[in-house]
Amino acid sequence: MIHSAWLIPVLPLLSFLIVILFLRNKPKLGSLVANCFSLITFILATLVLVGRLQGDSLLREWNWLEVGSTTITLGFEINALNSLMLFIVSFVSFLVNVYSLEYMEGDDRKSIFFAYLGLFTFAMLALVISPNLLQTYIFWELVGLGSFLLIGFYFYKDSARAAAKKAFIMTRIGDVGLLIGILLLFTQVGSFEYDEIFAAVRNGELIGSVITASAILIFIGAVGKSGQFPLHTWLPDAMEGPTPVSALIHAATMVAAGVYLVAATYPLFEVSQIALTTVAVVGCFTAIFAASIGLFQKDIKRVLAYSTVSQLGFMMLALGTSGYVAGVFHLTTHAFFKALLFLAAGSVIHAVHTQDIEEMGGLNKRMKITSLVFLIGTLAISGFPLFSGFFSKEEILISAWTSGNEIMFFIALFTAFLTSLYMFRVYFLVFTGETSEASSHAKESGSAILVPMLILAVFAVFSGFINTHWFGTYLSDFLLEDAQITVKETHAPTWILYAATIVSLAGIFTSYLLFGKNKTKFGESSFSKSPVYSIVYNKYYIDEIYDAIVVKPTRLFAAGLKFIEWFCVGGIMKTISGCIQFVGWIGSRLQSGKIQTYGTIAVFIFALFILVYGVTNGGLLK
Amino acid sequence: MSSIPASSFLLLAIILFCIGLYGALTKRNTVVVLISIELMLNAANINLVTFSKYGLTPNLTGHIFSLFVMAVAAAEAAVALAILIALYRNKPTILIDEMDDLKH
Repeated sequence: MIHSAWLIPVLPLLSFLIVILFLRNKPKLGSLVANCFSLITFILATLVLVGRLQGDSLLREWNWLEVGSTTITLGFEINALNSLMLFIVSFVSFLVNVYSLEYMEGDDRKSIFFAYLGLFTFAMLALVISPNLLQTYIFWELVGLGSFLLIGFYFYKDSARAAAKKAFIMTRIGDVGLLIGILLLFTQVGSFEYDEIFAAVRNGELIGSVITASAILIFIGAVGKSGQFPLHTWLPDAMEGPTPVSALIHAATMVAAGVYLVAATYPLFEVSQIALTTVAVVGCFTAIFAASIGLFQKDIKRVLAYSTVSQLGFMMLALGTSGYVAGVFHLTTHAFFKALLFLAAGSVIHAVHTQDIEEMGGLNKRMKITSLVFLIGTLAISGFPLFSGFFSKEEILISAWTSGNEIMFFIALFTAFLTSLYMFRVYFLVFTGETSEASSHAKESGSAILVPMLILAVFAVFSGFINTHWFGTYLSDFLLEDAQITVKETHAPTWILYAATIVSLAGIFTSYLLFGKNKTKFGESSFSKSPVYSIVYNKYYIDEIYDAIVVKPTRLFAAGLKFIEWFCVGGIMKTISGCIQFVGWIGSRLQSGKIQTYGTIAVFIFALFILVYGVTNGGLLK
Repeated sequence: MSSIPASSFLLLAIILFCIGLYGALTKRNTVVVLISIELMLNAANINLVTFSKYGLTPNLTGHIFSLFVMAVAAAEAAVALAILIALYRNKPTILIDEMDDLKH
């Protein structure tokens, strides 16, 4: 099975082509075809994961280009990290496909939506199995395209168009860094292959500064894709897309591509302490920064978006503090519970037709199942004991502690507190208390929406058990089997476990006091007038700062260039073309087509000849 | 007859030619233009006859030649009028400056 793993990305591509070419105007058939392909992809990916669990890694390559003595290859690779990612991506993609059957019902462009989902899934799966940096980069950009198309799916809304462009441009800034990093490695190693690059690093063929520079450049690419500070601003805006898209792309898979990239090139980071510290600091800062913004947002999808940014920060923090397994583990559990939270939020939005959590309330009476699964997702992300997030977050805290950086550890601990605080704020405001006006007509969603959420809820509860210190560190053993990294034996103090539990429970309790019992609504309280609130509510004015220091000067510069173009270049060109036109105009006047005019001219010229002849030769003037 | 100097004939020819030239270049009516061309031809005929009679070796060549010119001119006028009528069938105008369809 593992030998035909290349089929996994090809199937969604076929689904995309078939639906967009032949089934554009047949929403029912188109969505069913896409679902079938998605199911087969998921089954194949599961078989590959099982095959990898039982067998070995696999690398297949074919020559693509031969330039001088350099051969560039294309191929696919199945290793522990890849096969896990294949499973996560195809699993979430399949569930989102099923969910969209009902969620997108009645949309004129339903078929196109499913086609785009196929395109995105293709790009993401192909990115995951790429064995070299060049191929990774190609699909990296395709993933960006898929994201662009889906964010701008409601292109008739100005905000959706703007968000799609913003996502594309912001991630492009990171992509430039990534491309430079890849080229730097290529000039030094002479190959794009992961294996050859890692071998060169192991054998000490690269000098330290090159490794550090290329690692940090690759990390810049990851910063763009994974919405880390300072390139995070596109991710909350990307919530303009349909909610299933937010669940698939902007929570579970694409944004995890940055984390995946850092994990896949981990041997590079490992040997450079500066690069690791950069990753850790950026991740740590992003985690607390985004969590603080999420605390005050009113739009349910934006709260989830900032929590995604914050959780991705956690993963980066883990990777930066040598917690390779912890980062990938959190990536896995986060994919399940965040996809669950987004799908549940979509179910709520579907029912109440608003995204403002302060307008909702009391939904647990009307939407029992949605309410239950949202609670499960919230408990998981808050790190409530025995839920999946509890185990992965604990791993991250342990790796932060053992790296010896106590400041980062306590920031992470505080962020964990904030996480349970703001996630339960959403839960209490939306689902408990009195039924609000907006919620009074809400009805529970249909089975196509509920079943994927229930399946994800099971994973959100139990996926943590694949890696615990109580039963067995299956995931850790599996990942480290063929990851070319050195593992440091660590002994974590047990009090971290209690600290994490206490912090999580404290967050839930504080949240209950503030939002469960008293229903504090920031928008209505006197706190909304304070400067702290307005700074955080407006996301620390990052967008406005970017607008002032980047967008406006660029516009001004462009206006200057336009002025030069218009007056200097355009002026010269207009003068030249004007002269030629004038000469042509005279010429065309001469060629009037009137025989009498020609005759008159001929007679006068002849008379002139005679006169000249008479003066010069005939002595007419003598 | 011989008391009339050759310059008188030549003057007449010049006057006729200039009238013809003026008419051919300025008139809009195609028939008038044709008439003006006939005037120029006849001015040339007068010159031929004049030099034939008053030239260094007076003979009849010029007279005969002018007869040929008249014959050819008649044929030419017939052809020209035929073309004109054919044109008129396609485009109801006899104004020469409107016959510019080939230009467009």
